[in-house]
Amino acid sequence: MSEKANEKASFSLKPWKQIWPAIRQHRWLFIGAVATDVIMAGIDAYIPLMQSEVVDSFLTPGSTAGFGAYVLKYLLVIAIEMVLLRIYFACCMHLEIKGGRDLKEACFVNLQRLSIDYHNTTSAGHSLSRTMSDTDRIAAMIAWFVPDILWGFGYIFSAFFQMARLSGRLAVTMILLAPIVTVLTVYFQKKLIELNRAVRAEHSKITASYNEGIMGAKTSKTMALEEKLSGEFRETTARAAQAGIRHAHMRALYVPMVVCCGSLAASATLFQGGGMVLDGEITLGVLSAFTTYSLSLFQSFRMQAARISHLISQQACVERVTGLIDEKPTVTDRPDVIEKYGDCFEPKKENWEEMRGDVEFEDVSFHYVEGGEEVLEHFSLKIPAGTTVAIVGETGAGKSTLVNLVCRFFEPTDGRVLIDGRDVQDRSQLWLHSHIGYVLQEPQLFSGTIRENILYGRPDAAQEDVLAAAKAVGVDRVAAKLPDGYDTDVGESGDKLSTGEKQLISFARAIIAKPKIFVLDEATSSVDTQTEHMLQKATQTLMRGTTSFVIAHRLSTIRQADLILVIDHGKIVEQGTHEELLKKQGAYYALYTTQLKAQEKK
Amino acid sequence: MKKKQSNFREKVQLLTRHLYPARKAFALGISAALASTVLNALFTQIIRFTIDTALIGDQTGLPGFLSALSVRGLLAAACVAAVTVSLLRFAVSYVQDVSLPRGSEQFVKSLRDTLYTHIQRLPYSWHVKNPTGDIIQRCTSDVEKVRAFIAEQMLELLTTMFLMTVYTVIMFTMDVKISLVAFGFVPLILLQSAVYHKRIEKSFTEADEAEGALSSVVQENLTGVRVVRAFGRERSELNKFREKNERYCDLWLRLGATMSTFWTMGDALSMLQILSVIVLGVNMCVRGDVSLGTYLAFVSYTRSLTWPVRGLGRVISEMSKVGVSIDRLLYILKSEEEIVPDSPKTCDLHGEIRFDNVSFAYEEKKVLDGVSFTLPGGKTLGILGETGSGKSTVALLLARLYDADEGRITIGGVDVRDMDQHELRKRVGVVLQEPFLFSRTIEENIAIASAGAGKEDIAQAAKDACLDSAIGEFKEGYETVVGERGVTLSGGQKQRTAIARTLLTKAPIMVFDDALSAVDAKTDEAIRTRLREAAGDSTLILIAHRVSTLMQADEIIVLEHGKIIERGDHASLMEKNGVYARVAKMQGAAGEAIDGGEVSADE
Repeated sequence: MSEKANEKASFSLKPWKQIWPAIRQHRWLFIGAVATDVIMAGIDAYIPLMQSEVVDSFLTPGSTAGFGAYVLKYLLVIAIEMVLLRIYFACCMHLEIKGGRDLKEACFVNLQRLSIDYHNTTSAGHSLSRTMSDTDRIAAMIAWFVPDILWGFGYIFSAFFQMARLSGRLAVTMILLAPIVTVLTVYFQKKLIELNRAVRAEHSKITASYNEGIMGAKTSKTMALEEKLSGEFRETTARAAQAGIRHAHMRALYVPMVVCCGSLAASATLFQGGGMVLDGEITLGVLSAFTTYSLSLFQSFRMQAARISHLISQQACVERVTGLIDEKPTVTDRPDVIEKYGDCFEPKKENWEEMRGDVEFEDVSFHYVEGGEEVLEHFSLKIPAGTTVAIVGETGAGKSTLVNLVCRFFEPTDGRVLIDGRDVQDRSQLWLHSHIGYVLQEPQLFSGTIRENILYGRPDAAQEDVLAAAKAVGVDRVAAKLPDGYDTDVGESGDKLSTGEKQLISFARAIIAKPKIFVLDEATSSVDTQTEHMLQKATQTLMRGTTSFVIAHRLSTIRQADLILVIDHGKIVEQGTHEELLKKQGAYYALYTTQLKAQEKK
Repeated sequence: MKKKQSNFREKVQLLTRHLYPARKAFALGISAALASTVLNALFTQIIRFTIDTALIGDQTGLPGFLSALSVRGLLAAACVAAVTVSLLRFAVSYVQDVSLPRGSEQFVKSLRDTLYTHIQRLPYSWHVKNPTGDIIQRCTSDVEKVRAFIAEQMLELLTTMFLMTVYTVIMFTMDVKISLVAFGFVPLILLQSAVYHKRIEKSFTEADEAEGALSSVVQENLTGVRVVRAFGRERSELNKFREKNERYCDLWLRLGATMSTFWTMGDALSMLQILSVIVLGVNMCVRGDVSLGTYLAFVSYTRSLTWPVRGLGRVISEMSKVGVSIDRLLYILKSEEEIVPDSPKTCDLHGEIRFDNVSFAYEEKKVLDGVSFTLPGGKTLGILGETGSGKSTVALLLARLYDADEGRITIGGVDVRDMDQHELRKRVGVVLQEPFLFSRTIEENIAIASAGAGKEDIAQAAKDACLDSAIGEFKEGYETVVGERGVTLSGGQKQRTAIARTLLTKAPIMVFDDALSAVDAKTDEAIRTRLREAAGDSTLILIAHRVSTLMQADEIIVLEHGKIIERGDHASLMEKNGVYARVAKMQGAAGEAIDGGEVSADE
């Protein structure tokens, strides 16, 4: 076995320690679960002794004297066990569910704090599964498996203790077998963990193939790739089946082997103990207790090993969640800023200043990744409130950078961004964001009605404002077509609407926010030319006096802007008005006349 | 009623069809499981026999060949027997534990392969209608449920049945009265388990729904993170999350309380069952009705019965749920695959393409209405239209991804309906607006439909699609893995990869359905100028809502609400000053002089 696999399969306390603070407030539930579980382990190990009592006190002498008292004692044990069990279940259940709830909240809260760069580089699916399923698994681990592992040790220890007490000589066989079973268990568990990892890897490949085969079905049909892909899929499932069978082989050796050790131990006990009974060294009751122990004890070894290896396999899951909870946002407000303006959950709006909308870049340099290419170098620009700035350039040229800095989704590497003459870092992110209206290329709505989605921009807006905003961008026509009008449920992420309809609603949402800074991030590329025209007119009227940033590649959108910035390979190569830039005959001119030239050629 | 029965038969057929490849493994595994149960019972009998004959000295029931042995000899014989049984059981269990998983792997492989292949063969329209997320869900979690039904629940049910049968026979043979007491509890335990599982089923569904609701709050928050931030709505998002999280938590706590009660009661019942056996057994044993060994065997058997019987209630209630999953799979499997014509015709794909009065309705909405045009081989057709004008449908009909409702589409004079659609599609390269790239390297993606393409050809196709410079920026170049498990390409890069993929096939007909929409104007221009040349003598159809994409085409048709409203080349359409010219003007692609002054289209 390689060193690496050894390392992976070893237990480490560190991630568990990191998760503890999130569970700490439920520590009494944990202590309760462990305490009741350990006491129950003692009782479970005591049960075979009650059996030997029956043999020795009633059956061997052949009398039922005192049997009534015995039955009462048995009933008492049942009663105690039931009470303990009920407490144990209650503790575990509450610990699992409340611990899970708190872990989920801790993840979610931090996801709200983490900066956009985190979300840009981490897929939503990944964050979702950390928040939803990993947390559940950890809570279940702590609530059920950790106490059960302690139960297992308690049971094994108590059983050995009882056996040694009953007959040291007879216990020797079991005690000698124990290390052998332990070694076998450790060996096989390691193998099983490895094989199981292979099985899971193959299974995730199957899921990936399904994803691809189904999401890509339209493309594969147009290219007639059906049979090729089906053939590849059969190979994938064959590998998965192979991995599953390999795992089963190993398990099929291990599990019966442990059971067999138990029966061999019982056989040996029967022979040796039988002789001892004949010699009068031990009673028949003691022998019967021993056979019971020997048949069940090694099974507990196996269960214990399964629990421990499960615990170890979940370590990665714990690391993922602690990784998320402990991840630090790259954009943070200073303590004195939070003191005055509040954080994103507890704003102190009474201290908030009005925003005018002046934006200034002061000697700003910026790169996305440490050591990466400088996207901005000593860039300075004053944008008075009410200016419309258009940002043009090729797809992927880095047009969003300026907007990302104005919205403080990223911090400049050097220099300052000023809003109304003050550094953005001097006021809270929430203050800034509360004054921004943002329309994305791909509209994002939330579950709920059309009305609720518009109100998302400003929850305290009056109904008239909702209707006015809706009307301005043509949402009224969308609503009129729907059965419940503005109260129509839009489905998860607005899935019941078309992309174009969603985009109109996201415009209304931005308009109702009465922002001081308005960002259109290729917002009209998913609507047709006529709708685009309508939206342009509407926003021009409604956003008069608002500082606007318009990212677009359709030149018609851009012509009216007060200032045009041309971006190429992440850098601003030209700036000026439409006329100035055309006169300059540079990059903008080239971009603008591409179509024209093409036409002339004809 | 009758319909329900046939449905039941379909469900069973689905299972048996896929059980067939696994029949040998399952038969072997089940036989081994049976043998293992018998050996288990036998082991307890050996202990019983040892205690009664050797240790207590009651040798009445002893077979002749053993009666000659001394007491110690009997003990040794019993021990040898016990060891033998243990080893036999080891062997039998090994066979069982290897065969049953093998069987279930074979079963699930057969089911998965059938599903996947079938889905691939389902018509295009089916894929448009059915949301991918739902289909994936069916193929993963419903298949898993069916697998669990066969590999876990059915087998558990079978083995428990065996166990109960074998133990019933043995216990009743030993003593009827104690058996009656022991088995008297079985219906009680079963009933308690079944009632409970019935009861929690609804709560389970509720709790599951609450989890789904919570999950979608998180999902929306994550996908809409920029909106949340830009509007500063973290606080309200957290409140929304808390509300759903509390509800989820409350429902589970309630469910947890029910479960705890059940488990505690179940434990109490089993312990009382054993106590009853002890009370009756002790009394009978003291009276001499049963031997000590028999008594101990009873206690041991009763204990062994406890867990399987308690599990039975769970198994039965879980089994009742699989019907829903099988139904969900049958929905896919019963959808009909495309029908390939019996004796497909072939045609000259370089020939003339003709749409003759073609109409097509999608979900009762007319998308194309009497469209006719003729495109000579090797020429370029441009189709302009807004969203919903039916322009994409032209491409889909030509590749027979749909069939026209009325009218005829011919290539080289042969009706496309008489051709084998797979052959047709291989030769008609359609590039979709939102192409899908497979999770493999760029090179493999480009070459996916062109077996045996050389590296140079691939590089040339990439160059023609203006993709080479983008590839050059990736660290691993053509070996860069894209898609889910690799680099995410931008919309434009994806489209260009798809274009290269189609160019490489050298299909005699190529259709670009808004395939340049995410590409910036400069690259768009560059690709357009290369495209005609790269396509060689292929016939080209360019579909777009951007005038600049189309203006070099030999002929342009303008579609509105499924009808052709204008046709001609760029110059003549501009002259006409109709819809085409208006769109051109709005898009600023033409009609403006370089100096910024307005020059309207009709000048």
